[in-house]
Amino acid sequence: MRPRREIGPTEATEVSALAASGPVIPNFGANSSKCVVENRFFCGEWVSKNWDSVLWPALRQHVLLTAIAVGIGFAISMALALAAHRYGWLERPTILATTTLYTIPSLALFELLVAPVGANIFAAEIALVSYTLLILFRNILTGLREVPDEVLDAAEGMGMSRRQTLLRVELPLALPAIVAGLRIAVVTIIALATIVYTIYNKGLGVPIHTALGEGPFKTELIAAGALTVLLALAADGLLVLLQRALTPWTRAR
Amino acid sequence: MDTANTAHSEGPSAFAKPGEQESKAAKTEATAGSALRSSAAWDGSSAAPAQPKAAELELRKVSKSYPGQREAAIAELSFTVPAGEVCVLVGPSGSGKTTTMRLINRMIPLSGGDILLGGRSVLERDARELRREIGYVIQQIGLFPHQTVGENIATVPGLLGWPKERTAARVTELMQLIGLDPEMASRYPAQLSGGQRQRVGVARALAADPPLMLMDEPFGAIDPINRTRLQDEFLALQAKVRKTIVFVTHDIDEAIKMGDRIAILREGGHLAQYDTPREILTHPADDFVAEFVGADRGIKRLSLTKLSELKLASPNGAQPGTLRASPETSVRDALSMILTANGAPLAVVDGEEQVQGVLTLSAIEQLLADEAAA
Repeated sequence: MRPRREIGPTEATEVSALAASGPVIPNFGANSSKCVVENRFFCGEWVSKNWDSVLWPALRQHVLLTAIAVGIGFAISMALALAAHRYGWLERPTILATTTLYTIPSLALFELLVAPVGANIFAAEIALVSYTLLILFRNILTGLREVPDEVLDAAEGMGMSRRQTLLRVELPLALPAIVAGLRIAVVTIIALATIVYTIYNKGLGVPIHTALGEGPFKTELIAAGALTVLLALAADGLLVLLQRALTPWTRAR
Repeated sequence: MDTANTAHSEGPSAFAKPGEQESKAAKTEATAGSALRSSAAWDGSSAAPAQPKAAELELRKVSKSYPGQREAAIAELSFTVPAGEVCVLVGPSGSGKTTTMRLINRMIPLSGGDILLGGRSVLERDARELRREIGYVIQQIGLFPHQTVGENIATVPGLLGWPKERTAARVTELMQLIGLDPEMASRYPAQLSGGQRQRVGVARALAADPPLMLMDEPFGAIDPINRTRLQDEFLALQAKVRKTIVFVTHDIDEAIKMGDRIAILREGGHLAQYDTPREILTHPADDFVAEFVGADRGIKRLSLTKLSELKLASPNGAQPGTLRASPETSVRDALSMILTANGAPLAVVDGEEQVQGVLTLSAIEQLLADEAAA
């Protein structure tokens, strides 16, 4: 089996320096199959051999990175959106701040965070969370604002408190927009988390990066890349199912 | 506006309803009565204070002005709606009809004066508690699209903390009352027709058996045919539930049809006249009212009277002509038939094909003269 290496930021630069100097001939060790040695398009046996040690841990880490980022991002965005829903003047500064965060180049943001926070999961999550805010905030606020006026009028006229109106009327009616925001955020973060490896050696970015440094090693590159895509599709599908379960009324015609 | 009481207490019912419907209402009265009694029993058994079925509403020098506006939106508006009557607020746009309605349940804060519901000032009540005691129906209905019909109707009982069984029983009862199959309780508003949605809106407002209902152009968005049907249904329903109702419309014909009393407002929320429909049509207080009710107010007045209420000329053994109408037909419709037949007399025929009398143009003339003299 091919020896695994830990790749950190320092080595990453080394690898890119190597890549720049000319084609790298992969050395997969003596036990490698012919398919791997010849670096054919896709070697299934390499995937099954390395599933438990390489791909599965990376996938799990990737799911965790995404879940934490979207979870925290959702909580912050919800709080911001509820505040802006009540105090309209908060919308502009919040949009400005989240848009600024959103437009910072991701690689730069990761590196910027290393100095104050360290090359760890906190830096990774702070960066990922900051990319969810714009999407989630906008969608939640739009959802809340799209609740028809007559529905709010009826709620008030029947004696609902602000809080009851929010919990029983506005948030349920905003659900389709909220879930739509979550879908975009989750897919974005799953893609973005593949570069977390530059500061924190976890996630599907690790095998992708390793493979790129080895020729590229096609099988590993394709396997890790495909896992990223499949993860995004699966997460998106789950959210669609969640929305269908939570909003039966949107399909009633 | 002191003529209202006397004018209302005598003479035929303020709004002419087809008699067939009246008898229908009478027949179902027994069921509705028991429904109301059972809801009264519920109130007694729960911790909540017993609610009156209907309460008197009194506006005392109510005024509303907005900062930065010189003219008041409502100026010293006073009138009283007796318990169980329908008061229609009607007037041109800008006359403050909807504002007045929303002052009553404190969705708009009062600037001056007082409003008493059942003798108690609304100002001393918690605004949300007050609203839960006042049924609220608006033109756009405002059903909650994410809740089923049953859940929508159960809104106020839910806010009041009714036990589940009581709420469920009330929902079924109301669905029957508004003429919807209780099985439709599991549908969503998007699956209903406009008329059905409006009925559900009324049921939702009635859910906690409120002593007062506020209805803001409830049938304004419905096509004319269904509108007439909903109006008739609503009158039949009101005959059963006998709520105090404040009904806002800009349509004088609807006001005449629905109201026990009509409050005609003019710009700036001034009360131009508060009276029964018949009184307003017969003796409009001023030129504004006369113009607002229309030059055809004589014709409109005829719609308030049924043929059975007239002293008809005896048939004198003459064979009835081709024109026939039931005693429940309004004089307005009868006149229209006579005019269509170039003035031929109309035979009033009862259910057993017995000719009860003959209506002629001169009899209608006499009716108008009598009313004007009254």
